[in-house]
Amino acid sequence: MAYSEKVLEHFKNPRNVGVLNKDAKNVGTGLVGAPECGDVMRLQIEVDEVTGVIHDEKFKTFGCGSAIASSSLATEWLKGKSLDDAMKIDNMDIVEELALPPVKIHCSVLAEDAIKAAIKDYQEKNGITANAANAEVSA
Amino acid sequence: MNQHRLIYLDNNATTPCDPRVVDAMVPYFYEKHGNAASRSHQYGWEAEDAVDYAREQIAALLDVEDKEIIFTSGATESNNLALKGVFEMYARKGNHIITLETEHKAILDTCKHLEKAGAEITFLKVKEDGLVDLAELEAAIKPTTILVSVMWANNETGVIQPMKEIAQLCEKHGVLFHSDATQAVGKIPTHPRETGVHLMSFSAHKMYGPKGVGALYVSRKNPRVKVTAQIDGGGHERGMRSGTLNVPGIVGFGKAAEIAKNEMQQDAERVSRLRDKLQNALIQLEETKINGNIDSRMPHVTNISFKHVEGEGLMMTFNQHIAVSSGSACTSASLEPSYVLVAMGLGDDLAHSSIRFSLGRFTTEEDVDFAVKAVSEGVNHMRELSPIWEMYKDGVDLTKIEWSAH
Repeated sequence: MAYSEKVLEHFKNPRNVGVLNKDAKNVGTGLVGAPECGDVMRLQIEVDEVTGVIHDEKFKTFGCGSAIASSSLATEWLKGKSLDDAMKIDNMDIVEELALPPVKIHCSVLAEDAIKAAIKDYQEKNGITANAANAEVSA
Repeated sequence: MNQHRLIYLDNNATTPCDPRVVDAMVPYFYEKHGNAASRSHQYGWEAEDAVDYAREQIAALLDVEDKEIIFTSGATESNNLALKGVFEMYARKGNHIITLETEHKAILDTCKHLEKAGAEITFLKVKEDGLVDLAELEAAIKPTTILVSVMWANNETGVIQPMKEIAQLCEKHGVLFHSDATQAVGKIPTHPRETGVHLMSFSAHKMYGPKGVGALYVSRKNPRVKVTAQIDGGGHERGMRSGTLNVPGIVGFGKAAEIAKNEMQQDAERVSRLRDKLQNALIQLEETKINGNIDSRMPHVTNISFKHVEGEGLMMTFNQHIAVSSGSACTSASLEPSYVLVAMGLGDDLAHSSIRFSLGRFTTEEDVDFAVKAVSEGVNHMRELSPIWEMYKDGVDLTKIEWSAH
């Protein structure tokens, strides 16, 4: 199975690899997947406390090329987004952008889960309950 | 790096044809194109002679009689013929077949098919090193057992089963013994009669011959084994396998067997030295594990887990330059990792992190040096990307984390 050009590009030059201080109040961390399943993603966001916008984001992923590309792309898309907008990132958008084949759709699902988990972690740390917009998305 | 040719370290998947094999085959596509079953003219006689000669070359490699070689389309067909053919032929004697969980799918799925047809199948577990537990095997034999089927060498790990000991158990209990020897024939001595194997499947394309041709060895005396044909037709191959013989393929198969017989020892010595060089360099990397018994193993294979790195992702770092295969099944429709490694008690995480390197006759020292460098760089690169490698380095106990299995 050949990978799409976009997957190869993200795989060769992954964006935003690294780690943020998970104990910082303005950092949300999402760790999803399991080593036994062959993929683990850790995605972190740092939120500007004044504007409420994501201004830094890092990831590390254990997984195949599609999993790495999905999480790399996710961090790119998160930059500059409000949490409400970040919640709207849909795994099928990732599938489309990276031209993932059906057997790799789970990689995009994992990336979406990682985004939502990071946001949830940030919200819990800061005593924010999911607002109506979020509730709608997750419904 | 881009100038470098693609290095092939996946010889367990298939081997390239030896140029001498191709040379031997060429005349049989056009000038000598006859049907070996045509008894009435020169073309047919020529083809028949060529097939007879190839059968002798193969019999010589196995140290058996030429009439004991039944040509098929490959080892999958041979395995089907052996298992289904014995099950049908010996139905009055019993319906129980014993095999291993680590067999090739051509055995496992044939057994599952036979289960639906009324067979009782015992799939034995293996020990952590991949070897069969002989006591468990013997305990599994019962009065209704008609066949034990154990592969000579495993395709993923190269582990060689204790064939003589298994044969002795079969002999003691009066049970037929079949072996899928696809990965072993032509690379290590495989003498079924001397060993006590009654049926043996193998294939040309794993021993530098062409694809699309294989054989089943069927013992003709002590014991005289018969299998029920699975393909009906003109009664070729002593009635056990109908269908016009693949003459060019069989000629190539014969030539490959002749070369293997003459060069096996020097090939094995050379390639095992290269394999050891590759393996020893790669296990210098932290947190690596060789899978399978290293004392009873094919000379050209090593299967290594690189912990906290996913196999398919790792392969992607170097697959423009090096061809290997992974125990991670992320490449296939199923997301399950290698069932062979899992059956050996390897955790799914380690199975997902494994790479099989299988060298061959045409592997060079330069190939190995290049592979060591590229794979080491790939492992280091993927570990920089891996959150679980980071956690491991930070001293986090990965078993205590609540993973969200998906």
